Order: sequence, then structure tokens, then C-alpha cells
Amino acid sequence: MSGANRIPGAGRLTPAKTARFFFDGKSYAALEGDTVASALLANGVHLVGRSFKYHRPRGIVSAGAEEPNALIGVERDAARKQPNVRATVQDVFDGMKVISQNRWPSLAFDVGAVNNILAPFFAAGFYYKTFMWPKQAWKHVYEPQIRAAAGLGVSPTEDDTDHYSSRYAHCDVLVIGAGVAGLSAALAAAKTGARVIICDEQPEVGGALHYDKSVTIDGQDGFTWAQATAAKLARMENVKVLPRTTAFGYYAQNFVGLNERVTEHLAKPDRKLPRERLWQVRAKRVIIATGAIERHMVFANNDRPGIMLASAARTFLNHFGVAVGKKVGVYTANDSAYEAAFDLKRAGVTIAAIVDSREQPGEGVLTEARSLGIEVLTGHGVVDTGGKLRISSMSVARNGGGAARKIAIDALLMSAGWTPSVHMFSQSRGKVAYDNETQRFLPGTYAQDCLSVGACNGTNDLQATIEESLAAGELMSNASGFTASEKLALQGANAFAWTGGMAGAAEGAGPDTTVKAFIDFQNDVCAKDIRLAVREGMHSIEHIKRFTTNGMATDQGKLSNIHGLAIAAETLGREIPKVGLTTFRAPYTPVTFGTLINHSRGDLFDPTRKTPMHALEEAQGAVFEDVGQWKRAWYYPRAGEDMHQAVNRECKTVRDVAGIFDASTLGKIEVVGPDAAQFLNLIYTNSWDTLKAGRCRYGIMLREDGFVYDDGVVGRMAEDRFHVTTTTGGAARVMNHMEDYLQTEFPHLNVWLTSATEQWAVIAVQGPKAREIIAPLVEGIDLSNEAFPHMSVREGRICGVPTRLFRMSFTGELGFEVNVPADFGPAIWEAIRAEAEPLGACTYGTETMHVLRAEKGYIIVGQDTDGTVTPDDASLGWAVGKKKPDFVGIRGLRRPDLVADGRKQLVGLLTKDPTVVLEEGAQIVADPNQALPMTMIGHVTSAYWSENCGRSIALALVAGGKAKIGQTLYVPMPDKTIAVEVSDMVFFDKEGGRING
Amino acid sequence: MLLIYCPYCEEERSELEFRQAGDAHIARPTNMTEMTDEEFEAFFFLRDNVKGLTFERWRHLNGCGRFFNAARDTVSDKFLTTYKAGLPKPDLSTLRPATEATVETYEATESDAK
Amino acid sequence: MADLANRTLPLSGFHGGSGAASLSVAAPATRISLRAKPDAVSALSGALGLSLPTKPKTSASANGRHALWLGPDEWLVIDENEADLMAAVALSGVLHSATDISHRNTAILVKGRGADVAVNGGCPQDLSLTAFPVGACSRTVLAKAEIVLLRTAEDAFRVECWRSFAPYVSALLNEAAEDAGN
Repeated sequence: MSGANRIPGAGRLTPAKTARFFFDGKSYAALEGDTVASALLANGVHLVGRSFKYHRPRGIVSAGAEEPNALIGVERDAARKQPNVRATVQDVFDGMKVISQNRWPSLAFDVGAVNNILAPFFAAGFYYKTFMWPKQAWKHVYEPQIRAAAGLGVSPTEDDTDHYSSRYAHCDVLVIGAGVAGLSAALAAAKTGARVIICDEQPEVGGALHYDKSVTIDGQDGFTWAQATAAKLARMENVKVLPRTTAFGYYAQNFVGLNERVTEHLAKPDRKLPRERLWQVRAKRVIIATGAIERHMVFANNDRPGIMLASAARTFLNHFGVAVGKKVGVYTANDSAYEAAFDLKRAGVTIAAIVDSREQPGEGVLTEARSLGIEVLTGHGVVDTGGKLRISSMSVARNGGGAARKIAIDALLMSAGWTPSVHMFSQSRGKVAYDNETQRFLPGTYAQDCLSVGACNGTNDLQATIEESLAAGELMSNASGFTASEKLALQGANAFAWTGGMAGAAEGAGPDTTVKAFIDFQNDVCAKDIRLAVREGMHSIEHIKRFTTNGMATDQGKLSNIHGLAIAAETLGREIPKVGLTTFRAPYTPVTFGTLINHSRGDLFDPTRKTPMHALEEAQGAVFEDVGQWKRAWYYPRAGEDMHQAVNRECKTVRDVAGIFDASTLGKIEVVGPDAAQFLNLIYTNSWDTLKAGRCRYGIMLREDGFVYDDGVVGRMAEDRFHVTTTTGGAARVMNHMEDYLQTEFPHLNVWLTSATEQWAVIAVQGPKAREIIAPLVEGIDLSNEAFPHMSVREGRICGVPTRLFRMSFTGELGFEVNVPADFGPAIWEAIRAEAEPLGACTYGTETMHVLRAEKGYIIVGQDTDGTVTPDDASLGWAVGKKKPDFVGIRGLRRPDLVADGRKQLVGLLTKDPTVVLEEGAQIVADPNQALPMTMIGHVTSAYWSENCGRSIALALVAGGKAKIGQTLYVPMPDKTIAVEVSDMVFFDKEGGRING
Repeated sequence: MLLIYCPYCEEERSELEFRQAGDAHIARPTNMTEMTDEEFEAFFFLRDNVKGLTFERWRHLNGCGRFFNAARDTVSDKFLTTYKAGLPKPDLSTLRPATEATVETYEATESDAK
Repeated sequence: MADLANRTLPLSGFHGGSGAASLSVAAPATRISLRAKPDAVSALSGALGLSLPTKPKTSASANGRHALWLGPDEWLVIDENEADLMAAVALSGVLHSATDISHRNTAILVKGRGADVAVNGGCPQDLSLTAFPVGACSRTVLAKAEIVLLRTAEDAFRVECWRSFAPYVSALLNEAAEDAGN
């Protein structure tokens, strides 16, 4: 037996297909197809959680995604745990572990329940008014305590071992919701040949047909019709049917996020399958068929376990075969709840009484109740309930007062009417309109290409829903260019036409009362809290929401919004539409981080870019550093070496013998066309007309404001072809910067840009023996100083493959940069090493490159400059063409501040104690004994130990720095003050002779 | 995520392929060196940051690579039109829909509540 | 030293995907980035032996040579037979720019009934046959990488990317391909 409350013959589950699961360690029986909620109820378990603030015992309220109370944790193993799962939407699977939340030490005995007794101190706005003093206590006492006591569920501490998928999808018509309305609309749309996606949050399609057994469509039982229709749709090429898939967010231009739960219901999921799949759907048209959500009644102590929505009880009975009680009361302001009583009564459950706040219920339901022998108390209200961990009685009184009659019950069903589910419509930025007649907010002004149909559009009648939906399906397809060959028609019938409903506090919970009549179960908000908020001066519904937390967090006001609004309106003495509705926000129900992140984990978090020679460098033991997305060899430690020793050795070796360096990440842009030089004249400060083919020049690029943007060596390959290099980090933005000017400011120029960064593997060979190393490998290029001077470029072959060979240096040594097509990089790297290492040369990494260039005072844009440095500030004024009529930044350079005295200028710093290495970023002062706060006159931009100089060296930006050369300045550090002497920027080979070998 | 009509690719593409590139219709003066400080300030630094209709540049960076111009409403986030670089501003009267849907803002809600 | 040094291909030997969408690395090809104004199109077409497409999102193919429209003055020309494309266009005699990018790009071939779904695992474009028919091509994105996509058959795509992005692109396609049959 799968639970004592399972009624033989009732429901749609198969009795033979059983499963077992654990709730707080205790084993229970269930049937395949059960939700955790239905299985617990089948076993008579109503108490499933404790409330957020007061820790009151709470039970299952609904049978769907609107569930505010029954939030559980689901555990597969230590890593796969999910908190805050709605028990009403989570399928049971065999062996499943379910944990209740927000209770300690146990669900039945919860210490936190003392909050319920102290409730008068926890009124709305409580957090805002208390815990304000003393200030320090917030951080150290109050916040940790509150965080421990409040909150729902516990997140897992281990990495998620599941994986998640994502895909973009396009369709002509997206249908959200697969009840009668959604299925009808999808059917009509699909018949036109339009591409249709239909999704529904439940495991099976059908929506309200889960509980409304009285419906027939096309002569079939409604639920059977729904399954057959979904199956028919699924077989069509142009249709995708997605059950267990929640449309959680509706964004601009019909971009809708769907969350498909792929394996969450399976006992042993195929680990190859993603746990969840994110669908990013772009739909030409959207049909919203999200139905309506039943509202609860707001009365004293309306939150005891066993009190639930009438439609939920009907779902548990008609779909899951579970009776929610043995002696059931009904409290309603609406006809639909009667049908729950009728179904239960016919299934053999005692109906204690139907309490109807209205004097005049619908005639049809009243007659049926009489014929079934059910007592109906019209014009009455439930003014209180009894029971500790489950409801045991309801107190019923005539409207307007009088003696209460206590009726013993073990479940109470309630309905205050139906709220059209306008969440998706509202998220689409459509404006809802209040319908005075039915007292509902309905879709009003549409902001996007979508249509609402069925209950979410306020259409109650079944046949009207079908017709409206079929028409919408066709209309939306027509708009995408598809037409139907035949008109679809479907006939639907159900038992009763529903009327009635109320919003706000019911009998006994009015303005003069202090009872706990909950409107938002999840956030523990009572009717009186809304009134308090208004009294405290909150007059905007958005303020009331935030003051009381009504409808916040994961709940998004599914049950509570309309009640809260009605009470606020009443208290404010204004009409409901004048108070306005709060904004519905995405997500409709919570979405896991896994789904949102999907593929972007681990190696796929961000691209990792490696140079062609990476594997060889790795094999050689290189340590890598991240430079943007690139991995660059940082240094190459040999056995027993730490970083410092390795870098010192590499620095010495390059200057004494030679070094080999992977420079492939440098940005490369091919600038081609008859106007190439003219274009570069405008982009760089330098002049390019005079540069002959085969020669190179160091170029500086400014922004229009006059500050240094990037730098690099440019080689002229031919009259109309330049090989431009950029900094590694600047490659993409420099390309964009150049394209921007070319396309929008200088479109008249005949020149084109192509990124060639990755076409070339670049191997720098630097040092006195550089020529000796490459000479045996190079063909067709005279490497002599005379034929191939410093700052030249030649095309030839190396090891038989074509090369662009640059004679250039970022070390101050004789140097070459060998460019070869990238696939050849590894072979050439190995060939060069084979020549170099017998001579005593070595490979070196970026750290050594940094030290060597600093020894020569070569700047690194972005390290020694920070976006406020001019060429003059960096002693690069020589590179600015004085006679040029125009270049980007020419006017910016002449701004008064850029030519004023006292600008920060790049200079060298020599510590008085040569063994002390400064810290990059350290501040510089003129007088270390001045009062705090000191006047800072600059900062250190680069600082290294220079093995070649036998001392520390540094570069710094110092106000009026060039005039301070020779002066002593100070770098205050936490533990000492370091005295430094200002110097020029060149620390090694000041004459610069080494560059010629 | 927006769809943006690229006037060069002649179809709407996902915002993911595009990058915004600042205000449109600010031509770089040809007489840069003759500009006064005030003129340079106005050209380079001063922007209106309008609430409502704005003209801005976009680049179809991960598409055709072209820079183009767009008229966009900064309140509703809607693109009213896009057009090729170098074309003049489109006629404003043809851009605005006859009945402009009001956008619900916090200020609106607040003033309503008062 | 005249021996041609060995080539080390990115993603050498890579195979992946699923029954729904198989992945493999394309054979080495020569490629150029070709830029020219409209008046040069006809001469360049003659030099290349195929007519350069001038309509957005279209390509032209002949004898293993493909010309992909990437922008109004930009084509990616690929020659699967590794012909010297730089030399070919140099003979056109008209104003243009050609840059050899044979080694800059690499390509992954996606094939199978779920090929479109696999690519849509990271690419936001509509890949239905109506919107992206055989021969359609576009520079676009695959999650955080830029790609050039060419549909070579109803169930096949060529995904071109820069070589350093190839491990990312192939790994992402691999994950998406594994899910493409579901």
C-alpha cells in the first residue's frame, strides 16, 4: 500500500508501480508519478516545514508551483543537494532523500518556534527598527545570529557534480503553458506549419485538467485529450513539446528563458544527460496560457498544516488518488471550491461543512451540495482554527459576529477565487488593467508581440477558452507568415460555471483585529502587517511590499499579491486600481545557478588561449602567467631554482650569451592598401611617409585626449603593406580603435585592416650571440649589420618555411624576432633551441623580459602608463611628429593641463640601499617627516632586482620628475621609509651600443 | 537580450554580436589644431546623456564588423531604427509610434501614490 | 636546412561529439582575408574562379574553394586544396587587400542530424534551413568565442575560429553535441 490515505480506484497513478523515499530519515511508500507532496499526504504527513520568521508549523498549501510552504531539501549525495524545492512539483523517485527545512532540532519540536511567542516584537519592519545599536554589534552579533536563525534551506558545500546544458532556439510561436488553452493554441499554430515550442512546468500537460475531472473535450475525458494532443504535437516535425519546463523570464523582443528539468525526477539519472537545460528562446510570437492561481482565504490562524487550497485537494484526489483528510471542511467565497467537496464526498470522504462567506452562492453548486447531503453555511466565516501540528477544528460564526461553533475537522479547503497568472505578461512589460466587474487584474496594454489566452486572460468558460486559444494560435502563426488550410474546431464541456471570489481579509480578520491571518505564508506576512505598514507611512504599494516583505523573494506574490493589495487599498481608503500592482519579476520560480551558468564551468568558463609553442614550453617546465586570456611562459626554472634564481639566471644569460622568448601573443595587424601610410600617419604620432620598405619604426598611438593608448613596432613590408604590432593586452581594442577611425572618420582612404595575431608564431632571439644562433637556419637574408640593420624587416626562409624576420630588440641587445606561420612555430622553436643551447643560451619568460626592458628604460603601456600619461611624460616626445598636420590626439596634447608644469613624469629610481627592491604601486613623498596625510607626489610603476646591474631598479611617475633627477625622495612603507634617488630611465648600457651586437 | 537590425547584414541579430560605441553624429573636426579649448571640450568631452531618444553608434563586432548608427529610446531600451554610418539622422517624426506606450517607472508609481 | 619544418596542427587528431552530431577537425587549408570595394568584385571573382558573393550571409563554392561573405567589403576565402590564394588574387590587377590567414584560423566540422542543435549550444543565430540554408555563412559568436559559421549541408557545418580559441570552441561544441540528440 502506498500510503493509508490512498483511495483505491481514484487518481491516475498505477498502484503496482511503487517507490520508497525518505523524509527526515523515515521511509515512506509512494507511487511512480507522485510528487513529494502527494506521497507525504498519502501517508498522512501534513507537517512539512516551519515558517520563515515565526517558525510556525506549516503544511502543504497547493499542488503546484505557487506552493509557499512546502519547501524541502532534496539530497542525492553530498554534492548533489538542492534546498528550497517545492514539494508540490518535485517527483518522487525510488530511494530519494527529502529533508525538511528551517527547524532545529526537529520538525515537530523546533526551538525557533519561540519566535511565534515573541511575535509581537517581530512586527513588519522589525529588522529596520531594531539591531541598529550599538553599531559594531550588527556585524559581529546581530547579523550572524539572524542569518543563522532565518533563511530557508542549506546550500551544499561541495562542488556540484551534475552538468547543465544550454541552447538557443528560435520559433514562430512559443506557447507558455500546456493546459486546455495552451494545447489548443499550439494545435492551431502547429497545423499552419509554423515552428512551435510549447512548454509546461508540470511533468504532464493538462494544467487544470489534473483536477477538473468533469471536463470533456472532443468527446474525450479532458486529461486524456490533453495527453493525446501533446503526443500528436510531439510527433509533428515543426513542434517541440517541453514538459517539466518552466518559462521563468520574459525579456525584450520575445526572448524567453525556459528551464527544463531533465533528470531531476529520475532515481538513477544517466550522468551523460544534463540535470537541467536552459532554453534561450527567441519567438516571433508568444502565446501566454499560464492559467490562474487559486487564492486562499485570509482568516485567523489560516496556516495550520491541513489547510490548503480547494483545487489542490482536488488534484491530490483526482490525479494522485489521495484523500487529504477524513473529515474535511471547506471555506470559500467562490463556487469552485464546492467541486472539491463534491469529488471528495463521492470518494467517500466526510465533508464536515462548506462555509461560504457569501449569502448567495451559485444555484447549481448549492443544489448539488444539497443532493449530496453536504451542510452549507452561507453568510458564515471561519473565525479561528485549532490544532498544533495539524488542524483539528474550525470555529465558524455568522458574518457580523455572534457565537462561534467549533467543528472538528482534519483538513480545511479554502478558495477566495482565482487570480489570473499575469506574471509572464507583466514581465513582458505589458500593463495590466483592473477589471472592476470581476475584481481582477487582466492583461491590458501589450508591449510585445504576444497574446494571453484562457484563465490568465480572464476567460473562465471552457468553450470560450478553447475558441479564443484556437484563434490565437492561428492569428499568431499568420503574423509569422503561416496560414491554416482548415479551421480547427473543438467542443468542450464541464460541470459548472464558476462565480464569486473575494480579495483581502475575511470575517474576523478585519482592521480591528490582531489575529494572525496570513496573506503571504512564505514570508510570514499577516493582514495586520499591511495595515501597520500603511500606518507607518508607507503609501506606495512598492514601499508596502518592501516594508512587509509581502510577495518578495522566490514567492513573487503568487498567492499573496491581490490580498495584500486589497488590504492596503482598504486601509488607505482608495480603490484597488489606484493603489496599483507591484511589478512581477523574473524568475517566475527559482532557477538553479547551474542552469544559468550551464556550459561555462571549469575550462569552459572563459577561453584559455595558448601559443603554438605552449606544449613545448610546458614540457620544458615553464611556469605560466595569465595575460588576459593568454597563458604566457613566465620563467623556466631549472632543478632547484626558485623564481628569483631562475629570473636572475635568465637575465644574465640573455645579456652574456642570448635568450629565446615566445612573443607570439603580441597583437599583429596587417595594414594594406595604397593609403596605408597615410592612415598610419593619422593613427600614430609618428610619421610613416619616410619609412622605407624593409624598415621598422617604434610607434605611439594616442587617444583623442592626448594620452598614450598603445605602442609597438611597425614594419613596412611593401609600399602598401605594413605589419603593425600591438601590446598583447591591447590587440583587440587597438584593432577596434583603428577600424573605428577608418570606417567612420577616414572612410575615404583606400586601406584595409586584418588581424594577423594568430597567423604568426613569434620567436624572439636576443643577445650577443643572436645572429650566430639563427644564421645557420635562415636562407635568403643577409644578416649582417650593414645589410640588415637594427629596426629592419626582411622576408626569407627559416628551416625551409617562409619567415618575416625582424631585426629589433626589447632588451637592448642585438635581437631578432622570427615570425613564421603558426603551425611551424614548434618546429622552428626547437630548431632555434638546438642551435642556441650548445652556445650557452636559454629560453626566458615574461618576467625576464620585463626586467631586461626596465634595465633599458623601455616602458610597458598599461604598467608604466595608466591612461593619463602623455608621450612627453614618458620621455617619448621624440616620437611625436612635430610637423604633422593631424593625428589622433594632436589637439588633446595641446590642452592646457597636458602642457602645464609639474605633470607626473616617468623617471628612474635608485634605492639608497641597492638591495632593497621597491614595491610596485608604492607612493612617493618629498618629505617623510611631514604631518599625515602626507602629500604624495608619485608612485612606483615598475620595480625589479637587476642581476645585470647588481642592484634594484625602478621606474616611477613623479610630479615634475625630470627636474628632480639627482634628488632624494622617500617611499614610506608600513614598517620603514625607503630613501631613493631620482635618476634617468636607462640603467644598463646607457650608450646603447649593445643593440648593434 | 535585444535583437538589433544590422543595416549591412540586412537582418536582425542577437545583441551578443554587437558592441555599443558611444554617441553618433559627432564628426571629428578637420581643423583639429585650430580648435579653441572650449570647442575641443564640446567635441570630445561633453555629451547630453539624454533620457529618451538618442542617436548612438554600434558596431557589429562579431558579425560584419561594420560601425553603424542607431536611434534608440533610452527609457524603453527600444531601437527605433538603425542606419549605415555616414547617413544623416533619420526624420524624427517618422520614428515615433503614434501612441507611445508609457513605461512604468518608480517615479511614476511614487507620484501616483502621493 | 632547406627541409620544410614539420607542421603542428591545432587540435591535431581531434574527434568528438555524439551520434547526433559528430565533431572532427578539418584538414589544413589555405585561407585569405580578402577586402575590396564593389568595383573590384568581378576581377577578383575571375582571379579566384568563383563569383564572390555580394549578398549578406551567402557564400560561393567551387572545387574545394569557398568564398564567404563576411561584410560588405570582406570575404573569407578558403581553399581546401591548399592552393596559393595570395598569388591568385595578386593577378587580379584591381585594388584589393589580401592577407594570408591560413594558420590563423582552424576549422571544426560538425555533422549529423543534431548539428544545428550542437552549434546552437553557444551560437544565438537561427539555424533553421529557412533562415540559414545550405551555403549560408556568418561571422558570429559561439559562447565567448568568435566563429565563422558555414553550412555545408543540411546536417553539416564548418566552424572556423582562431587557432588559440580552438580548444575552447571544440570543447564547448563537444558538450553541446553530447546533448544535441536529446
